[in-house]
Amino acid sequence: MAARVDSLYFFLIGLTVFFSLLIAGLIVTYAVRFRRRTPDSIGAVIHGGLMLEVTWSVIPFLITMGIFFWGASVFVAMSRPPDQTLNVYVVGKQWMWKFQHLDGQREINELHVPVGRAVKLIMTSEDVIHDVYVPAFRVKADVIPGRYTHLWFEPTKPGTYHLFCAEYCGTRHSGMIGQIVVMEPNDYQSWLSGGTEEGSLASAGQKLFADLACNTCHRPDAQGRGPVLQNLFGKTVELASGERVVVDEAYIRESILNPMAKVTLGFQPIMPTFQGLVNEEGLLELIEYVKSLKQDNPNAQ
Amino acid sequence: MPSRTALLPPHHYLNDGYGITSWLLTRDHKRIALLYLAGVTFFFFVGGAFAVLIRLELATPAGDLVNDETYNKLFTMHGVMMVFFFLIPAIPSVLGNFLIPIMIGAKDLAFPKLNLASWYIYVIGSLFTLYAIVSGGLDTGWTFYTPFSTIASTSNVIPAALGIFITGFSSILTGLNFIVTIHRMRAPGLTWFRLPLFIWSHYATSLIMVLGTPVIAITIIMVAADRLFHFGIFDPAVGGDPVLFQHLFWFYSHPAVYIMILPAMGVISELVAAFCRKQVFGYTFVAFASLGIAVLGFLVWGHHMFVAGQSVYAALVFSILSFLVAIPSAVKVFNWTATMYKGSIAWETPMLYAIGFIGLFTIGGLTGLFLAAVGLDVHVTDTYFIVAHFHYIMVGGTIMAYLGGLHYWWPKISGRLYNERMAKVSAVIIFIGFNLTFFPQFLLGYLGMPRRYHAYPPEFQVLNVLSSAGASILGVGYLIPMVYLMWSLRYGKLAGSNPWGAVGLEWNTTSPPPTANFAETPIVTWAAYEYPTTVEGHVA
Amino acid sequence: MPEIPAVAHERGHHHHHHPAALAHHFEDLGQQSEAATLGMWVFLVTEVLFFGGLFTAYSIYRAWYPDAFAVASHELDITLGATNTAVLITSSLTMALAVHAAQLGERGKVLIFLALTMVLGAAFLGIKSVEYYEKFVEHHVPGPNFQFDEKYFKNAQIFFSLYFVMTGLHALHMIIGLGIMTWMFIWSWNGTITREYSNPIEVSGLYWHFVDIVWIFLFPLLYLIGRHVHV
Repeated sequence: MAARVDSLYFFLIGLTVFFSLLIAGLIVTYAVRFRRRTPDSIGAVIHGGLMLEVTWSVIPFLITMGIFFWGASVFVAMSRPPDQTLNVYVVGKQWMWKFQHLDGQREINELHVPVGRAVKLIMTSEDVIHDVYVPAFRVKADVIPGRYTHLWFEPTKPGTYHLFCAEYCGTRHSGMIGQIVVMEPNDYQSWLSGGTEEGSLASAGQKLFADLACNTCHRPDAQGRGPVLQNLFGKTVELASGERVVVDEAYIRESILNPMAKVTLGFQPIMPTFQGLVNEEGLLELIEYVKSLKQDNPNAQ
Repeated sequence: MPSRTALLPPHHYLNDGYGITSWLLTRDHKRIALLYLAGVTFFFFVGGAFAVLIRLELATPAGDLVNDETYNKLFTMHGVMMVFFFLIPAIPSVLGNFLIPIMIGAKDLAFPKLNLASWYIYVIGSLFTLYAIVSGGLDTGWTFYTPFSTIASTSNVIPAALGIFITGFSSILTGLNFIVTIHRMRAPGLTWFRLPLFIWSHYATSLIMVLGTPVIAITIIMVAADRLFHFGIFDPAVGGDPVLFQHLFWFYSHPAVYIMILPAMGVISELVAAFCRKQVFGYTFVAFASLGIAVLGFLVWGHHMFVAGQSVYAALVFSILSFLVAIPSAVKVFNWTATMYKGSIAWETPMLYAIGFIGLFTIGGLTGLFLAAVGLDVHVTDTYFIVAHFHYIMVGGTIMAYLGGLHYWWPKISGRLYNERMAKVSAVIIFIGFNLTFFPQFLLGYLGMPRRYHAYPPEFQVLNVLSSAGASILGVGYLIPMVYLMWSLRYGKLAGSNPWGAVGLEWNTTSPPPTANFAETPIVTWAAYEYPTTVEGHVA
Repeated sequence: MPEIPAVAHERGHHHHHHPAALAHHFEDLGQQSEAATLGMWVFLVTEVLFFGGLFTAYSIYRAWYPDAFAVASHELDITLGATNTAVLITSSLTMALAVHAAQLGERGKVLIFLALTMVLGAAFLGIKSVEYYEKFVEHHVPGPNFQFDEKYFKNAQIFFSLYFVMTGLHALHMIIGLGIMTWMFIWSWNGTITREYSNPIEVSGLYWHFVDIVWIFLFPLLYLIGRHVHV
């Protein structure tokens, strides 16, 4: 993917050099060849030429459209993560990065990933807009409070790569940097197993689900006052307003913080809001827990 | 050509009344233009001082010259001063104000008192902003994104925002004045397609000023409401959307860059025609290209937000439109170049600036293609590549055009000639200094150096040192014209009405012009840039 | 190209009589009036864009939070709002009558209709103040003292934020309008406005009608959301 970005870049450099030299060359040539010889002389009377105007409008148009399609195809590929990704949650806040692996590993300002696997970062901010930028991977995405954004990459070479915050966020914006550490798969495994005892995000989410009494309304047996959450993630549901939405991270987050916004059809709008009762990390844990609720999951209650 | 028998006319606008009130209460568009000249020059050097400090800091990787808070204020205030108080007003309010009535054969703009009011509004707005600077500064970036500006920043957001809000009305009223003037006050016989291209560009610019500026004004009100009263329009905690701010902000601020470049392009058309003594090739296409840029310029704001969380579809739409807006600019560059073919080309200072503009604008504009290509923009947005791109256009483009125009019309404005050799030397110093400052920044950006960084990883140092070295040369280059232009006011040779042997209504009146611009209202029967073809090809 | 004399001289105005109202940079009153009218239209276009930013924000948030907006909207006093709408439309009528009278040179009628317009405008502002006071007392002003039904607490704040900014901006334009009307009243009183020079009244009328039209959009958008549906 980075290579695709680079090829486009070098093509554009070539294009720029070509046209710059063309224009500069013509200007210098004309300036010399047609320099004023006598103080009174004037230029030739030439109004214009339609063919020329059309030519030098159409050719740039075709070139720019070509570049558009090239850039667009790279962008679309960047925006669509593969189906199987190693997901990592990222929370940015002034002025540090918090990374949370699904199995519970937490990192600050440093992210370890294995080489050769597609990694998807699901990101949000606790305060102002930040931005995750890894120049070596040619990826960048804003990190916004109140929303999830994502980016994905597939590292191809082990090494340590700069991570920068690329959206100005206040005093220590230029200090909000870190690194992505790409490891051979074996090394990554050993690094993972040296992790904390805290347990996976999903199991932390299960605990939080019980602590906050979500389980009193969201029961697996459809007897509860809230929708069943088993097998719900990724499905499309119909809302009371008639709209249909896909149950993704953003939907779950919104339903916890602002339950009135999208009430599922067939249910009363009685869910209380948990704004202020659960922080960003808690939200991620609950989301991972809901994701983990599959038919055959022994964690289902 | 300078006439050996040039005299200063006994009555002209500069000696039509002396004393401070004759200036501060003037309704003469020419005097108002000079009032603006004083203002924009002052703010240029204030903004320039901040730039000097920025480049000094960035000469070393560590943040050792100033602390991070101060640095954030420096780049913010550099941007605010330069964008709102220099680049947007400079050409329209100085050259436009001075020349538009003369170029259309009118006695003044449609609303002279409104014109004076516009200057006062500009000054009052600038005072609020200056107050914000001296009483602690602003650290939000000139783009003051939410929620940082509404919730997190502890700097003087409100006075600065108020200052920009107020100054925006100066821009709106100037644009309104220009539109009505160009529609209603052209001299007899001066049809639209006989107008100089300077007028077409300023007309297109005025459309943008009038349609775009109110949007940033209301956006500033919403930001102020959020910040002062905790309203929450952009606060995610109550369901507000910080990205909505970006849409509203860029809806103006992208067209704003066309406010900065279209007048410059108008100047270049005049310079190229004058110093080739030839009609601009493809006049009609250049005129329509100005309008095309103004219209398309309103449709591309989302290209500032490709990584801000828009949908993929929105990004693709903005990308394709951004490519389209490049085409009229390219058409103009080709037409200017074609104008030089078989021209009678003089290498005088304004032409040097014009040629510099064409080259640098071409490079800057082509780097815009890099940014319109979404897949590539992801990598370079918010890096020094962007900084280099917009400085190529705004400094390599607009400022060079401004200086070229200032030099070209200086004899008309002041009645005097400046020292040509010093002027040429300065132009070359500026060109060299500019490229040395900003070219390395393209490379820095692609290598990954983010913008608005106070300290950076050491591997970026070499390019930063080159850039800072260039900045010192550029700074010197900008100071020299101040010296010789001021000197010429007193000691310069008298210019006479048409020192360049150019055509245009402004060269048909004295230098300096009388307060009413013309002895008699001209009646126009010729096309723009129609050089007379007498037997000897002699120019009056 | 015409030759120019080496020395230009100012042309005196003394050799033809021109109306007192004619500004020196215009050829005649016709050009001056056309310029003023065009200027006002351009200004009104800027005002459309000015309010437009708010209407954009409103549209987006209403699409996202329709229920919260409906519930919040019901908290506005529809009687006072409707009364204000009637007041403002009537004031546009009196304004149009003032313009007509000015074009016919009927000074007395101009003064009466301008005065009526101003009274109605002031009435609008008075009723608006009552509404604002009510909102303040009910703790519907966004910010630290905001209180609302817990279910809609968050997004209702956005509704009220937009309500106050939109109606506040509109009220500010009304106040400026009253200032303009005062100025026109003085000019009509002291004879500056004549049948030949009625353009300032026309141009002021354009402004007043515009402020009225903005309210005609604001009223349904803010007061009439889903009124026939009970939440």
